[in-house]
Amino acid sequence: MSIEAMPPEGALRSDVPVLEVEDLSVTFTRRGEQPTRAVDGVSFSVSAGETIGLVGESGCGKSVTSLAVMGLLPKRGVQVGGSVRLAGTELLGASDRTLRRLRGSEMAMVFQDPLSSLNPTVPIGTQVTEVLVEHREMGKREAATEATDLLDRVGIPDPARRLKEYPHQLSGGMRQRALIAMALACSPRLLIADEPTTALDVTIQAQILELLRELVVDSGTALVMITHDLGVVAGLCDRVHVMYAGKVIETADRYELFARPRQPYTGGLLASVPRLDAGRGVPLTPIRGSARDAIPWAEGCAFAPRCDNAQDDCLTEVAGSTVPLEYDGPGRELRCRHPLSYPQQTPAGATASGAGR
Amino acid sequence: MTAASEPLLRVEGLQVHFPIRRGLFFDRTVGHVRAVDGVDLAIDRGTTYGLVGESGCGKSTLGRAVLRLVEPTAGRVVFDGTDVASLGGEPLRHMRRRMQMVFQDPLGSLDPRQDVESLLSEPLQAHGLGGGKAGIATRVRELLDAVGLPAAAMRRYPHEFSGGQRQRIGIARAISLEPDLLIADEPVSALDVSVQAQVVNLLEELQERLGLTYLVIAHDLAVVRHISDVVGVMYLGSLVEQAPADALYDEPLHPYTRALMSAVPVPDPVVEERRARILLAGDLPSPANPPSGCRFHTRCPWRQETRCDDEAPVLRELAPGHLVSCHWAEEIRDGVLRPKSAEEVAATQGVSVRATGADGGFEPDALLQGVDEPIERR
Repeated sequence: MSIEAMPPEGALRSDVPVLEVEDLSVTFTRRGEQPTRAVDGVSFSVSAGETIGLVGESGCGKSVTSLAVMGLLPKRGVQVGGSVRLAGTELLGASDRTLRRLRGSEMAMVFQDPLSSLNPTVPIGTQVTEVLVEHREMGKREAATEATDLLDRVGIPDPARRLKEYPHQLSGGMRQRALIAMALACSPRLLIADEPTTALDVTIQAQILELLRELVVDSGTALVMITHDLGVVAGLCDRVHVMYAGKVIETADRYELFARPRQPYTGGLLASVPRLDAGRGVPLTPIRGSARDAIPWAEGCAFAPRCDNAQDDCLTEVAGSTVPLEYDGPGRELRCRHPLSYPQQTPAGATASGAGR
Repeated sequence: MTAASEPLLRVEGLQVHFPIRRGLFFDRTVGHVRAVDGVDLAIDRGTTYGLVGESGCGKSTLGRAVLRLVEPTAGRVVFDGTDVASLGGEPLRHMRRRMQMVFQDPLGSLDPRQDVESLLSEPLQAHGLGGGKAGIATRVRELLDAVGLPAAAMRRYPHEFSGGQRQRIGIARAISLEPDLLIADEPVSALDVSVQAQVVNLLEELQERLGLTYLVIAHDLAVVRHISDVVGVMYLGSLVEQAPADALYDEPLHPYTRALMSAVPVPDPVVEERRARILLAGDLPSPANPPSGCRFHTRCPWRQETRCDDEAPVLRELAPGHLVSCHWAEEIRDGVLRPKSAEEVAATQGVSVRATGADGGFEPDALLQGVDEPIERR
């Protein structure tokens, strides 16, 4: 059996990030309607063995970003701009054949909704072995054995029996694990996980996160983790990009981000999550409204209507330009005119004055 | 009004078993899935009882059995002095007015072809409440106001709302009949983070205003801790630990509770790296064939030879209101027993870590053999 063909140029150069996304934009157009810009100028890169997180609420464009990277968006009515390079190979505008070869073997994706991403009329086994037969040129029997191993690896009990079952016979968590098994089938270099553990129980989530962590460390897979769960991000991602209404509004390494969120949105997200290690009765501070209240970026900061820090110049009419994503200290970028500020770092003095003595 | 000391809801020895049927010509029952297997709990008026556990532990079935949306196999559900299990027909329908449910999936639980006004007035009409057309219209407006939706929402359809707003509609529908007990099955798990907090706050606010009693069923321990007075932890159909929220989170006594809590990610990388994780071996065993003795023994890092395997622990009260079903709770609390790693547990348990062993090497159960056989055939 031959090893599957690698993308020809620059395939094994380790200095090239596995995935580079530059100024990606996705616009949905529909006749008779205003075009919707779902993703607007998103740039990030992932190296082998690195995990980055795309965080945001539903509707912020994080899933569309991942679909654009995978080349899964429909051709009609969608304009994708910018550049997406997998190990140096440009994916935007690549032929369907190339993409087909890469998807599943070099880059794989775990989707958000396990029921609708599995074919309800085909047994799980066939769906898992399909990848193996297609990309690893395995025989049917061999593929079935491999599929059993894969299901076992992601923690599905009694995998041999499960292979013959249909998606509706599995629990939500099991379906998601079957999907993860399918994604891992060819040990891809890039794994995009779109809310992979949202449907799972915490003890299983812990197992899956451990599995993903192992995958990143052992096989050097580059992982793009798309999630809204800040706890998952805190434990897994090296760098975090917070998205809102199609744009990255804050980028930081995870320690910085959680210790000192600068964008009021990031701060608001952190304040609205109940924490297991916080006492009872500590009130939650939700962000006002919902993601639907966002205004177009052209009119100012999209978060301004929900923001407690918002001032007049957050709107374009006053400030004259869209809020840019700017350098904000080493390794940080920020898109905000009135960020949350923190007192200068003098730990001893800060606690003394904080205690109010 | 009954005595204030009497809990609003009392569940005694509740069991829900689903039969497993096999056979093409002869419909024979080959076993039972013991979804809920002997649960006792009591919820005081005006308090919140949080029920946590992994999916498949029977927490949702328990919630539905309380409302008799599924028939309990055995046991009693006493709601305000009346045994709900003994009711039928009209009296049951009237009883259900006082116990309502908020479902997990707000889009799936609302009819896409009904507008909000019709959705909210339907329960009132069904129970003949609200006092005619005008009365119902006023009531619907009040309800929308109570859950923080604009009156303009009346003429809209569920798909026009965001997830959080839909859940508000679901809650409005549940409180429209002024129930005493609200069973919320995963009320926020389908919502966005920033919106979850809004709905949690709304539930708390409504409880204060309307004096509601909640049974909150959730898998998110952080949410349950935030909202509950008393928390019960379920594993494979039975309660393994029950305690006041703070006591439970300060000092979890049951090994399963400890593992569960250590698995919850905390949004703080510093804490994430420091905190000890107890990874559990394997998966939830099949409720059709629960392990002998303590049901958790197949995954328990603190398992002690033979006693845990043979003897089913009972719920014991170790501290006021703190019930635990573990033989070794005191020893584990005092650090006399040391936990084993997940790998060690898996090794000592052999294949039995797998609920329904694929290789079937470990005392293959006759029932499950029968289930497996036709599938093994090539």
